[in-house]
Amino acid sequence: MSKLDITVNGQIHHLDVPESRTLAQVLRYDLGLTGTKIGCEEAECGICTVLVNGTPVNSCIFPAFKAQGREVETVEGLAHNGELHPIQQNFIEHGAVQCGFCTPGLMMTATALLNENPDPDDHAIKVALKDTYCRCTGYASVIAAIKSAASEMRGEGPLPVNEPDVSEPMHAISRSVPPQYVREKVTGAAKYTDDYFFEGMLFARTLRAAYPHARILSINTEKAKAFPGVVAVLTHADVPGDNLHGLVYRDWPVLCGDVVRYMGDAVAIVAAETEDIAAEALTLIEVEYEPLPVIGDPKFAHSPEAPVLHSKHPTGNLLKHIKVRHGDIEQGFAQADYIVEREYRTPTVEHAFLEPECSIGIPPGVAGHEKLTILVGSQIPYQDRNQIALAMGLPEEKVRVIGTLIGGGFGGKEDITGQIHVAMLAQATGRPVKMLYTRQESLIVHPKRHATIIRMKTGATKDGKLVAVEAELYGDGGAYASLSDKVMTRATTHATGPYVVPNAKIDCYAMYTNNPPSGAFRGFGVTQSAFAVESNMDILAEMIGIDPIEFRRINAQKVGTTTATGQVLRESVGLLETLRHVEHDMMPADGDFRWAWRDGHKAYAWGLACAYKNTGLGGGAPDRAEAEVEAFEDGSVEVRVASADMGQGLAHVVAQCTAEELKLPYHRVRVLLCDTDLTPNGGPTTASRQTFVSGNAARVTSALLREALTRSAAEFLDVPPETLYYEEGLLRHNGKSVELGTLVGWMKANGLSSKVRHEYHAPATQPLGTGGDMHFAFSYATQAALVEVDMETGAVKVLRIIAGTDIGRAINPLMLQGQVEGGIVMAMGNCLTESYIVENGVPWTNLLSRYKMPSIKHAPEIISHLIEDRVSTGPYGAKGVGEICSINTSPAICNAIYHATGVRIFSLPVDQDALLRAIRAGQTEVYTAWHDVR
Amino acid sequence: MKLWNHYHTPHSIDQAIALLNQYQGKAKVVAGGTDLIVELREGHHPIQEALIDVTQIPELTSLAADDNNEIYVGAGVTHSQIVKSAVLAARATCLVESCGVVGGPQVRNVGTLGGNVAHALPAGDGTTSLVALDAKAEIIMNGQRRVVPILEMFRGPGQSLIDSTRDVIIGFRFALCGDNEATAFKRIMRPQGVALPILGCATWVRLNPAQTHFEVARLSIAPIGPTPGRAAEVEAVLIGQPATDAAIEHAIETALQILKPRTSKYRATGDYRKEMIAVLLRRTLQLAVQRARTGQAVPEGIGME
Repeated sequence: MSKLDITVNGQIHHLDVPESRTLAQVLRYDLGLTGTKIGCEEAECGICTVLVNGTPVNSCIFPAFKAQGREVETVEGLAHNGELHPIQQNFIEHGAVQCGFCTPGLMMTATALLNENPDPDDHAIKVALKDTYCRCTGYASVIAAIKSAASEMRGEGPLPVNEPDVSEPMHAISRSVPPQYVREKVTGAAKYTDDYFFEGMLFARTLRAAYPHARILSINTEKAKAFPGVVAVLTHADVPGDNLHGLVYRDWPVLCGDVVRYMGDAVAIVAAETEDIAAEALTLIEVEYEPLPVIGDPKFAHSPEAPVLHSKHPTGNLLKHIKVRHGDIEQGFAQADYIVEREYRTPTVEHAFLEPECSIGIPPGVAGHEKLTILVGSQIPYQDRNQIALAMGLPEEKVRVIGTLIGGGFGGKEDITGQIHVAMLAQATGRPVKMLYTRQESLIVHPKRHATIIRMKTGATKDGKLVAVEAELYGDGGAYASLSDKVMTRATTHATGPYVVPNAKIDCYAMYTNNPPSGAFRGFGVTQSAFAVESNMDILAEMIGIDPIEFRRINAQKVGTTTATGQVLRESVGLLETLRHVEHDMMPADGDFRWAWRDGHKAYAWGLACAYKNTGLGGGAPDRAEAEVEAFEDGSVEVRVASADMGQGLAHVVAQCTAEELKLPYHRVRVLLCDTDLTPNGGPTTASRQTFVSGNAARVTSALLREALTRSAAEFLDVPPETLYYEEGLLRHNGKSVELGTLVGWMKANGLSSKVRHEYHAPATQPLGTGGDMHFAFSYATQAALVEVDMETGAVKVLRIIAGTDIGRAINPLMLQGQVEGGIVMAMGNCLTESYIVENGVPWTNLLSRYKMPSIKHAPEIISHLIEDRVSTGPYGAKGVGEICSINTSPAICNAIYHATGVRIFSLPVDQDALLRAIRAGQTEVYTAWHDVR
Repeated sequence: MKLWNHYHTPHSIDQAIALLNQYQGKAKVVAGGTDLIVELREGHHPIQEALIDVTQIPELTSLAADDNNEIYVGAGVTHSQIVKSAVLAARATCLVESCGVVGGPQVRNVGTLGGNVAHALPAGDGTTSLVALDAKAEIIMNGQRRVVPILEMFRGPGQSLIDSTRDVIIGFRFALCGDNEATAFKRIMRPQGVALPILGCATWVRLNPAQTHFEVARLSIAPIGPTPGRAAEVEAVLIGQPATDAAIEHAIETALQILKPRTSKYRATGDYRKEMIAVLLRRTLQLAVQRARTGQAVPEGIGME
């Protein structure tokens, strides 16, 4: 320990801390300033940015003693006397805060910029924020917020917010209210799991497999157990209940005892007094392995030579064969004048949510918790509880899962990571235990987007009508089932694209391999199949000699269309409307539209693609969410539902539904999410379902509460209930009124409850293969991409995206637009920068520095149109938005690249190296991607 | 996780050397730490008994031009300080252009030119420009103060002449561009994977007083081999030639015959690199000639690669 004197946010601190500390550690652990977040510890993501003597630095690699005698500014220092800094206020006003985890870093970097440059343009902002990443917003709102803050700080007032046009605003619906917890997120007060500390808390680490596939011969933990400061070392033998977990199939060991199937498999867990001790103890655990043959790709997995990875799975390495049969495929192709058949490849993609996984286990009787309690930022708290209880051999009621704020999820926080491990360690040690994954561990462990190989054959007549689609998809499911079954089903059922296709035969093989498991990721398989569908559409249009937009218009799904799964679409099919808006905006003012043009060595072109995506689980799965709504004597209302807000904004959606039904001011509605003891089950936050199901649950439950309140108010005011109406927190009758709070007080005094709980059931769906409604709603999208290709280097730049998105209704237009912008930029990563590389089961992508996601410098101009083709069963007509905005961007960009260069990309991410070589060689097709450069 | 035990911030070179001696190989010199600390975390080096931070030593942090048209850049000068230097922007433009695309602002604010050289990557951006500028490095090696040509600083990929548990880079000295002289730097990055250039190219040219012909050229193209280097044969082709596009194309032809860039995994194919040699030589030579003729140089691409 040594003396460290630093000034933080104007306050001088004289600390006695180890010289090994980084500045981020001193801020977070010694000073309790947890507003500064740690995302990677590689100086890559920039979210840990603080100012040292006014200069932005990455505090995760900045030695604390390098700051000796200096002044440090953190997010906690931005606001003064409770008044937000203009940067904070404008981040809120412009919708630049979603999950909030990167927000402190973005704001601190922006603070330094505005100190130096009071009037930055887009370019200056992009230079300053180039290495401060945000995975949620897509950066457009961030740029707007910084410009507006600058304007305000110059004394010229804030700039107008880029409010989307929507129809028919109601009392609280279709209004851009600020998201819940947003003030906490901009001040640094918001708590994510790693921001919680408990008296006597231990720190845990996990020993991972040394091979992608091996038999475990022995595990010796004696030396680790004897190491000073180690409190517990547990292995498979210590799992109290069932040593398996899994969301669909229970095939994933809590701790491996006989075989490891991927490099992220957990073999032993350690709890120790410090993180350093826990990490060192891992090196003392001796595991003997017998390496086994590795399955590195899904096609090999399907071959007879491949070893069988899960002996209990009835179909061997074939995790699931998914089939769609519609019409008569042979007759369909017989009618075709043009047929295109190509093979497409998409890579494994990493969520790279900026908050690495963290769980805290608290044993019963500790820190005020009566039962075994797990704090975790999870997308599925009730299924976490179920899986923890099974592994712990406890009834579910003996386990409580409390969801903390989530620093991004995108599907990557649905599976179990450390939840069961901290439960075991907490129970074994009787102390709270925190397990925080390093970024590098996160990269190796959690399930990712499926790599796919898609062979797609599409036939059309010479007048441009699609007649048949035949497809074969291979999905790399990785070592464990996770959600492969569901994800690859969605890839399969959506493989016709949003079109009328009378004949279809689609087969999908989800395979077990020794790669990291694949699971849910925004787009849920449809991202992959849409790349093949929409590329084939453009190839066909060219063969037929028809405009690609016209070709899509001819074949677009509309009300009355029967999908390939046999579903008749009865309403809310806004595809043509999205197409119309996008086409309109592609047209230049002089009407002289060109798909492509050249300017020196730069080629420019437009490309376009469409998509659709189901809302809700579908396929016959009961889809429900339960909500509880309670009114209080202070006139406030709390709505409770165990659905996750990972930044997408579920909390404000349910609050707006409740405010609407009770005609309350929005700020009087509180939301409590994700506590299995206090909030009823909202089901998984996946499948673009929460606005629909939890929104509906909040809407219906609030309406039931309104009825109860009305009955009481009628009695209280002595008026007929049908004459009462609600207005701004009052119940009114001609000339009489009562405050909601007063009414609640009266109800309590009279033994009446002001709390209602109700389970909402979404419309029933049918399993695949039975015909009928497989889903209760679909969202639709068209996107056009304007790209620039440097014909000398092959470098591709996306300049503009025009998006038309049919979401039924925009409950919160500004935050919904944030979903669209963020989805587009994330999809640009899928197309241009991202590929998670695994070499024969061993991840090469074991550092964030090996995984480039889009930074602010990639952010294109985004023109977004929201199309509100209402779905009658949705809350106020709304359907899902989370995924639809992120599906067709990749094919739109690749179609544009083709128009610009004459070269078509069949494998993602686009490799400028191969693209340039193809241009030089006069080739028109590229079948390799970046990861093939070797 | 703990990566070092002690952290020292000496205020003189003598103190720094004394500390290194005291730890007998168990301490390393650190400047910005943007490479070293990340490498420590990745387990490339053992936990260090101490880090010796050299960024508070005045000789390492000074940046000053002298009367002989030479400039001294301390090894502890950050990339951001280089980017903000008006004299470097005007008269050693390639160095500003290369330091301006290293990492993001947070990395440039602490990462140093000395660290870039000590890291000895075959294609370190700052290094590539120092080679074109024909810089000399001032170092303390084995306790002796020495001045060595920049190219002697490199022994292999990631391996520099100095031993960072014993030696210290003090700074760099090179001539600023005078009349009819100019430089340019450009690089090609891959949008995926590790942020190392597919190819970087720094060019220094001197035209004759009439500005019609190349008098001298220095070309640094990286990575071509395991260490930074000069394309001497290509430079030779330019000497005495008219400063025209045709002469540049001729030099490019020579470069494509002589230089044999390799394919490196997840970075670039050799064929692509060859294409980029042509593109970067063309772009940097044309730019440098234009700058030499006009006497005006405004750094390009700062902060956006």
